[in-house]
Amino acid sequence: MTRMKFTKEHLVKYMLTLFALSSLLFLFLIFIFILYEGLPLFHKIGLKNIIFGFKWAPTKGSFGIFPMIVSSFLVTLGALFVGAPMGLSCAIYLSEYSGKKMKMFLKPALELLAGIPSVVYGFLGVIYIVPLIRNHFGGAGFSLLSTSIILGVMILPTIISISFDAITSVPKTYREGSFAMGATKWQTIYKVVIPSAKSGILASFILGMGRAIGETMAVIMVAGNALKIPMSILDPLRTLTSNIALELAYATGDHRQGLFSTGVVLLVIIMVLNYIANFGIKKKVIK
Amino acid sequence: MPKIISFILSLSIVLLLSCDDNNARVSHGKKHAIIIAGSTSVMPFIEKLSEHFMVDRPLFKINVQGGGSTAGIQACFNKTIEIGMSSRQLKQEEKVLKEIIICYDGISVVVHPKNPIRELTLKQIRDIFSGKIKNWKELGWIDRKIDAITREEGSGTRGSFEDLIMKNVEINDSIMVQDSNGSVKEIVATDPYAIAYISLGLVDNRVRALSIDGVAASLQNIKTKKYKIVRPFLFITNGTPNEFVQTFIDYVLSNDGQNIFKKEGLIGIK
Repeated sequence: MTRMKFTKEHLVKYMLTLFALSSLLFLFLIFIFILYEGLPLFHKIGLKNIIFGFKWAPTKGSFGIFPMIVSSFLVTLGALFVGAPMGLSCAIYLSEYSGKKMKMFLKPALELLAGIPSVVYGFLGVIYIVPLIRNHFGGAGFSLLSTSIILGVMILPTIISISFDAITSVPKTYREGSFAMGATKWQTIYKVVIPSAKSGILASFILGMGRAIGETMAVIMVAGNALKIPMSILDPLRTLTSNIALELAYATGDHRQGLFSTGVVLLVIIMVLNYIANFGIKKKVIK
Repeated sequence: MPKIISFILSLSIVLLLSCDDNNARVSHGKKHAIIIAGSTSVMPFIEKLSEHFMVDRPLFKINVQGGGSTAGIQACFNKTIEIGMSSRQLKQEEKVLKEIIICYDGISVVVHPKNPIRELTLKQIRDIFSGKIKNWKELGWIDRKIDAITREEGSGTRGSFEDLIMKNVEINDSIMVQDSNGSVKEIVATDPYAIAYISLGLVDNRVRALSIDGVAASLQNIKTKKYKIVRPFLFITNGTPNEFVQTFIDYVLSNDGQNIFKKEGLIGIK
């Protein structure tokens, strides 16, 4: 009887280990697959001509994605510009000011915000934000500005939940010490709580950036997808992700490989961002 | 343990056998499934046609999917679909596939209905899309930037537009890009300063088709060959199609099928 149980326990353990490792396997496979499809073109065209090339005309042999790399970062910074102040304020309010009732109402609402599919954000952007910008600021409306606004809202949940965790994990004694010195509540938050939660908050921004740079559907719908580097916030632009999604359906041969090369660049950028974010969080934990 | 193994083995054999049985039943013919995929310009018309086709022939199950001309042709190569739809000519290396012209479609240059401009020359259109003309003022309207929209690289409509209008002049990088006829039309219908090109069959009262070189984009003008910006819609098959697929192709080419195309604003082959 005991032996029977023993094997069963082991079976469960090995099965679970197997499934746990399979997620790693998927990551590994995706990696191999993207590199396998994307790297040959780097070899053929040259790393410099792809990453620093200005001309993207894959059916005519030009694979420069520099404008898209710049655009991806512009959009991400724009999203941070919109999302970071809002998100941080919300996190501070949630952890320092809001009562229990408000928190119980706000937190699920934020989770709902995170659960809205990106195509819905894009659709709302096309229907409301794009015409608004066209009528009041000029340009076609499909622009860096509209994309930043949409993405800024989309990264709010990421920023709020992670910086909220960082702020609440600041020990209560810090706050009490500050109050004892005669500081007001805002002075305490501004001078004590935020500096101690700094690395966590920074990590939340960086993970938000990761989300913004990887977003595809909503961006395709509101960005206008022009191939040039935008010269003003009212110009249309194309990001790395939308380049892949936009053209994949029609692409064959080198064109297809060009899109995978775009994917390789995207993968590297996201890995770097995640690494920085993890580094930031770890530093906080060690502290 | 051996008991379990033998149980699993016998179970899988039973499953295998039942699978085989299932396949046999399907191919003996409750339904003849035909998968058609490819150009998003052709898709809406074939969807309509297949609905009409299936009403009288309940034994057929036709599945129409998009994906784009190139994807359709590629899938035809791999034999994952029975018929590919293409809105562009086959390239040299694709010529091993069989192509059937099912109808013709005009490409129309469209603007918002509020736009007072009714007519442009071929050269003006080329200049707009190559970035030489950037302001509506240069075309005799208000001082406002032109919001030009093109299709993505590799699209059949874009390929035809490049062949028929741009004639080796490159489309400028600052032109906006959308990935379907539908979203292009949506932008033109909402942005008073937009200009773009879409399939003539999709023009309705939400957008206005411009005359080109003094010739209105109408079915009449295409039939009399006055309007020159016309491309064929193709069915692509890999080798000789089987009898069921052939039945559908025959229907598309028959008077019934062609009449539906005509009703939808396309030009029949006859």
